Amino acid sequence: MDRFSWSNGLLEINETLVIQQRGVRLYDGDDKAKMDLGVALLSTHRLIWRDIKNHECCIAMPLSQIIYFEEQAAGIGKSAKIVIHLHQVPANKEPGPYQYSKTDMALFCCFSLQFYRRLTEEMTKKRWENTPVSQPIPTGTGSQAGKTRAVGIVGIERKIEEKRKETDKNISEAFEDLSKLMVKVRKLSFLSIDICAKEMVELSRSIANKIKDKQGDITEDETIRFKAYLLSMGIANPVTRETHGSGTHYHMQLAKQLGDMLQAPLEERGGMMALTEVYCLVNRARGMELLSPEDLVNACKMFESLKLPLRLRVFDSGVMVVQLQSHSEEEMIASALDNVSEKGSLTAEEFAKLLGLSVLLSKERLLLAEKMGHLCRDDSVEGLRFYPNLF
Amino acid sequence: MSFEWPWQYNFPPFFTLQPNVDTRQKQLAAWCSLALSYCRHHKLYTLDVMEAQESPMFNNKKIERKLSMEAIQVVFEELRKKGNLEWLDKNKSRCLVMWRRPEEWGKLIYQWVSKTGMVNSVFTLYELSNGDETEEFHGLEDWMLLRSLQALQTEGKAELFTMDDGKGVKFF
Repeated sequence: MDRFSWSNGLLEINETLVIQQRGVRLYDGDDKAKMDLGVALLSTHRLIWRDIKNHECCIAMPLSQIIYFEEQAAGIGKSAKIVIHLHQVPANKEPGPYQYSKTDMALFCCFSLQFYRRLTEEMTKKRWENTPVSQPIPTGTGSQAGKTRAVGIVGIERKIEEKRKETDKNISEAFEDLSKLMVKVRKLSFLSIDICAKEMVELSRSIANKIKDKQGDITEDETIRFKAYLLSMGIANPVTRETHGSGTHYHMQLAKQLGDMLQAPLEERGGMMALTEVYCLVNRARGMELLSPEDLVNACKMFESLKLPLRLRVFDSGVMVVQLQSHSEEEMIASALDNVSEKGSLTAEEFAKLLGLSVLLSKERLLLAEKMGHLCRDDSVEGLRFYPNLF
Repeated sequence: MSFEWPWQYNFPPFFTLQPNVDTRQKQLAAWCSLALSYCRHHKLYTLDVMEAQESPMFNNKKIERKLSMEAIQVVFEELRKKGNLEWLDKNKSRCLVMWRRPEEWGKLIYQWVSKTGMVNSVFTLYELSNGDETEEFHGLEDWMLLRSLQALQTEGKAELFTMDDGKGVKFF
């Protein structure tokens, strides 16, 4: 059993998988080994055994280690086994789970006939000899010849060959490391988001202090940048389909989160935001876990049933907005009328500038006021203007 | 005496058909009265829609606003419903404008007849429309005069008959 060494379970470059079988048990001689149920993989070069529960527990043994093997038929209370007779432990063997062995035998239990046949095939073909893997598999025969000094062209060729092998080795090692690296990177990225958020908070604080120091003497550009920073901090743990399943439950959770995050921007914008604007804001805050427009609409439709202080409102023109529940329509119409009366007449664009709203929303307000009979329109080549309704 | 425009005439939204139902009703009412008083002031009895659109009635050059063809049709339709307008063709390009309905004209004529003590006397239509220059029905177009007399006839206050060179009427 001590012929096994730890493995990452990955195949080498020239190595190919021949067959694999589940539910294989390992025996050290007659004793059941520590390794219980697992998957046995037969490659052109190695026998690999991987624990079925713990995938990181994986051991391998080069085929060249095998002297011969035989089938042990099933008996009463015994399942069919393959008995493998092995060479002596090679000197340069990598560490394995077993430090000693009772016998020079390992047993694979519960194998299928096919596994046995393929093993026979591989043992006769001896493909590991024809196409050596980049990483020389330690063999028990001790056939590693000492380096022969060579000169001339042969020497150069040999050097080139050695160099090639070296690079091959490096590459395969790199690939092995890549999967580990990926895991690490993933962990790191979570960490960095955390760090990022902390940095952002500090940054925003310092900016806030600066604003205090300057006593409101900040340019519009700076304000915008400050807002952008705040937005970029985003949502710490966005509700996703992965975390909250699909369908109604997902939309409900999403609606709750939207309710929390939209409150402040809505108040800032006079209680109403176009759905497209909300969509951009939300997805910006979410960063990676982007929402689909459909999910957003569905979540917004839940506001009312969840008794959240937000409402999805569809204007007659089909424009959808999210507004605060406290946002009163009468007030909105009255303010529109006031503004128009003050200026004599207003276009949607002028009104938008006056209120700092989007043109779309300001137009909706004007139209609403018109619908209520407080305004009337002048539709000319110069565009649509609204006047106080003097009729 | 120049025509006195209503205040709406200088109010740009007046020239846009209002989508709000209530507002539109008020707007149309204003247009109807404007159209009738304009025609009355200029003694217009027939209108060509195309020409009307270019005339000051529907075209305010000062504020550069013009009532659209659709809106004019809506206004005219409103007038037709009130009995002040009749289309002369199916394409609705020409119309008769009756800023006084025939019954009203008839009443006016009959008042004049009784005032001047001409009841039971006979008039030709020409005499009526070209007689007393101080009267409002002076210069009334024949078709309008005929209709107002017909209205009087149904009331039993006049009788129309045909003479050699045209029509005559006798008031009772």
